[in-house]
Amino acid sequence: MSTISRDEVARVAVLARIDLRPEELDRLAGELDVIVDAIAQVSEVATPDVPATSHPLPLTNVFRDDVPVPPLPVEDVLAAAPASEDGRFSVPQILGEE
Amino acid sequence: MSAHATVDLVDYDEAVRRYDPVIGIEVHVELGTKTKMFCAAEVEFGGEPNTQVTPVSLGLPGALPVVNGKAVEYAIKIGLALNCQIAESCRFARKNYFYPDVPKNFQTSQYDEPIAFDGYLDVELEDGTIFRVDIERAHMEEDAGKNTHVGGATGRIHGAEYSLVDYNRAGIPLVEIVTRPITGAGERAPEVARAYVQTLRDIFRALDVSEARMERGNVRADVNLSLRATPESPLGTRTETKNVNSFRSIERAVRYEVSRQAAVLDEGGTVIQETRHWHEDTSVTTAGRVKSDAEDYRYFPEPDLVPVAPSRDWVEQIRATLPELPVARRNRLQGEWGYADAEMRDVVNAGALDLIEATVAAGASPAAARKWWMGELARYAKTSDTEIAEIAVTPAQIAQLQALVDSGRINDKLARQVLEGVLAGEGDPEAVVVARGLEVVSDDGALLEAIDAALAAQPDIVEKVRSGNMGPIGAIIGAVMKATKGQADAGRVRELVIERIG
Amino acid sequence: MTNDLTRLSAADLAAHLVSGEVSSVEATQAHLDRIGDVDTAVHAFLHVSTEDALATARDIDSRRAAGEDLHPLAGVPIAVKDVVVTKGLPTTAGSKILEGWIPPYDATLVERIRAAGLPILGKTNMDEFAMGSSTEHSAYGNTHNPWDLDRIPGGSGGGSAAAVAAYEAPLAIGTDTGGSIRQPGAVTGTVGVKPTYGGVSRYGLIAMASSLDQAGPVTRTVLDSALLHELIGGHDPRDSTSINEDLPLLVDAARQGAIGDLRGLRVGVVSELSGEGYQEGVSARFAESLDLLRSLGAEIIEVSCPHFKYALGAYYLIMPSEASSNLAKFDGMRFGLRVEPEDGPVTAERVMSATRGQGFGDEVKRRIILGTYALSAGYYDAYYGSAQKVRTLIQRDFDAAFAQADVLVSPTAPTTAFKFGEKLDDPLAMYLNDVATIPANLAGVPGMSLPNGLSDDGLPVGFQILAPAKADDRLYRVGAALEAALENTWGGPLLAKAPELEVAR
Repeated sequence: MSTISRDEVARVAVLARIDLRPEELDRLAGELDVIVDAIAQVSEVATPDVPATSHPLPLTNVFRDDVPVPPLPVEDVLAAAPASEDGRFSVPQILGEE
Repeated sequence: MSAHATVDLVDYDEAVRRYDPVIGIEVHVELGTKTKMFCAAEVEFGGEPNTQVTPVSLGLPGALPVVNGKAVEYAIKIGLALNCQIAESCRFARKNYFYPDVPKNFQTSQYDEPIAFDGYLDVELEDGTIFRVDIERAHMEEDAGKNTHVGGATGRIHGAEYSLVDYNRAGIPLVEIVTRPITGAGERAPEVARAYVQTLRDIFRALDVSEARMERGNVRADVNLSLRATPESPLGTRTETKNVNSFRSIERAVRYEVSRQAAVLDEGGTVIQETRHWHEDTSVTTAGRVKSDAEDYRYFPEPDLVPVAPSRDWVEQIRATLPELPVARRNRLQGEWGYADAEMRDVVNAGALDLIEATVAAGASPAAARKWWMGELARYAKTSDTEIAEIAVTPAQIAQLQALVDSGRINDKLARQVLEGVLAGEGDPEAVVVARGLEVVSDDGALLEAIDAALAAQPDIVEKVRSGNMGPIGAIIGAVMKATKGQADAGRVRELVIERIG
Repeated sequence: MTNDLTRLSAADLAAHLVSGEVSSVEATQAHLDRIGDVDTAVHAFLHVSTEDALATARDIDSRRAAGEDLHPLAGVPIAVKDVVVTKGLPTTAGSKILEGWIPPYDATLVERIRAAGLPILGKTNMDEFAMGSSTEHSAYGNTHNPWDLDRIPGGSGGGSAAAVAAYEAPLAIGTDTGGSIRQPGAVTGTVGVKPTYGGVSRYGLIAMASSLDQAGPVTRTVLDSALLHELIGGHDPRDSTSINEDLPLLVDAARQGAIGDLRGLRVGVVSELSGEGYQEGVSARFAESLDLLRSLGAEIIEVSCPHFKYALGAYYLIMPSEASSNLAKFDGMRFGLRVEPEDGPVTAERVMSATRGQGFGDEVKRRIILGTYALSAGYYDAYYGSAQKVRTLIQRDFDAAFAQADVLVSPTAPTTAFKFGEKLDDPLAMYLNDVATIPANLAGVPGMSLPNGLSDDGLPVGFQILAPAKADDRLYRVGAALEAALENTWGGPLLAKAPELEVAR
């Protein structure tokens, strides 16, 4: 029995901006249990006293000098654009604002 | 969209009598580095679209960010100027949300580990009151690109048929400064909000970390506002008004939200926690669209970057380079110059602080420097409709002019004529004096000739003076001054007249 | 002659090029011909860049003729996994969403390959966005294992491994997030190395999981891997996670290892990476290899890494979380596929969702959904955060193990190559394939797989060597020693036992 519901998968699919067909929602609801198992497994040992490791090798303060490099040529920038106009990327109408 | 014309508002004064406003301000400042936050694309205002991008700022597959060390330095500078703690170690995080002007569909920002935190800023209000604003944090992040909406109504998002995106701005380093809730401002909340942002702007310029030009969007403010019944009540529900981008608008947006929220509360309604947009043209805020995935940004530490751990040595080195900040400098100069609070405020408001400081440095007394800049020169600026700093006279010239007065070579009246000459481009005061022959006449022989003529012309006055009535002596002196075209030293003339009448 | 050139190791081919016996154009053409002959059946390549490769070859030949000082591998052709961006050459990462995308820039490792003058033969097939262990998740069809065309070549880098195994290229580039270089190496009888994290620049690798991804060499011999590793490795200021130190001397280590003296070396057998779930032939070959190592003077000890059993759980939280964010940029706005919704308003948001719904394959969607869920409101600490803690525990296990042993060893994969479709509907079984390889990615340590024999089914088996971070040279020393000893017992390379592929012309 799946612990992640179909509705939950649908909610996440919206967050991830992926249109899923009904049959995909059904299938994923079943398959996402792999993550539930992973959680169960990991939480056995992920106790508060264990520090988290985000990078395999601990590096800090990797900085770049504030010196410009040549930009990409604008024709290269737009070469792969599905649509462009006046040197800019053309995108469908945007609803809402961020 | 026409709904916002009909919103009920409570008169502002009425609203603040009955409710206590609490504000919170998020200011974004674009740093004035040569290159972007995470790549070496050159940043220059006004470039052709998409000419300042690299694979990184375009979010191309495979591209990786590298932190601009100068931007970190600037962020630390800002943190120190805001009396913040500087983190021993902090990280970048990804703020995930889909939007066409965000090339990676996540913004690289800082989340739970800002570079600077727990600070404060003292803000001077118009009447000279100092109001302390507590700073929660200042963190580094990157700017988004720019959408231009095409079709539909006048460039607004709604009704646009499509949008054109320019990523020149994408990746420009930003520092976001977040206040703690600002309480205790009461009816002055709008003024406090404005003064806070204005003070920040001055600081960014003083630190030389940004051009801080509001009109170019270098500094942008989001204003949170909530109302509560009394200062003792718990905080109310807040709204966040986005992109209020001029000082005047900040003040007006706060006033508007106070009036609007008061109306909602008066009717027994509840304020909805939401993002609102400020409309410069109509001076109102309107509700933003409610997003289905609002606020679920799925933050996690940016795995492509490593922690920033500024050494204490580096922080102290940066601290040592901090210039004196505007409020501190103002206070120091006021003490040194002995100006009254009101005088000092007028000087600052007139934009004459730097000019007076330079004039004093060039040798004039603080009182004299103020007299010139706030008197004759302020009037001249006003009548000629120029900024005082743009007037064609230098602080050194004013100091020289005052030195001429102090040495007795010219008097006040002549000094004004000399200034006219300087303003007319005739050269330094010294040169104008010589060229126009404006020196005080100090040759007693020439003066005595004029005095004798005046005495002979007014024997009745001579009699009165001789009998001890000194009142009318002015008439004699006036006549002598007139005869010498004002170039005589009035004090000397008086001495000689008394001597002569004897 | 043409046929022989493709059978040479890169080191031998390079020697022929240096001596002038062979030109780069000849060598490159020989491999292009081989691709023409067998790739219809193998399908290792998504794109063959004939003109580009021959132009580089001609340039190298003329520079060599002019007496220029060239890189030791100059003129030796190479294949590049399609997850690596190549300026002017199509780069799809095995996905429909990038179909036809021609990058405007080169990955750092590609810059180095071009600067050294290696003709790039083309781009190799892979599981879409490197998500998979069989290359069955490529949007452009399966790659077939040259040992048995009905079987998978491993994944995600099945194309690179198969290209090398089928003599279509002497060298190839792979990337390894959970085993994508080593496991295909094991099932195709080739050598693959995942360098220390930060040892090879990730700039220009289309990221799956940023904190796990590493590019590395895919070759037929240990020495060839060392040569290629030295070429592509080393510090890159464009990758913040790149190690700012010189690489250890890898080629020297390989040459030294080939002498066959491992006295004083302690080899740790990880007890958690053997036994149950391992095919009998895999376990048998592993035991024989240990005997060989012992015969070369190495001391074999058993070490325990008790937290390795949590590695898979941690991996399946970290990998999809990072991937869900890394793959957000594929939205149809700036490059690649754009799909409009079938009905309703055409808004940016809906176009993004339609594009991603159609452009991504099942496995990619699954992992993005998984990762988005794991990072979604309220779950971060319990999910991604906990997984990062397991990373710490696994690193500690490695630290303790490397205190006892100079290198650790295990079978690379629990089984030999399976048949197409066999595990496609069983994601967990597919995932288990990576159980021995994943710990190295989580800890950032380097790992190598080299062929160590055939299982009972006649298919190749891989032997994994792991070394401490930044001690990649130990892989080459031990790998070269074992390789020499194994080839001595076989009387030649293992690949010589592979069935000859039918030539298509």
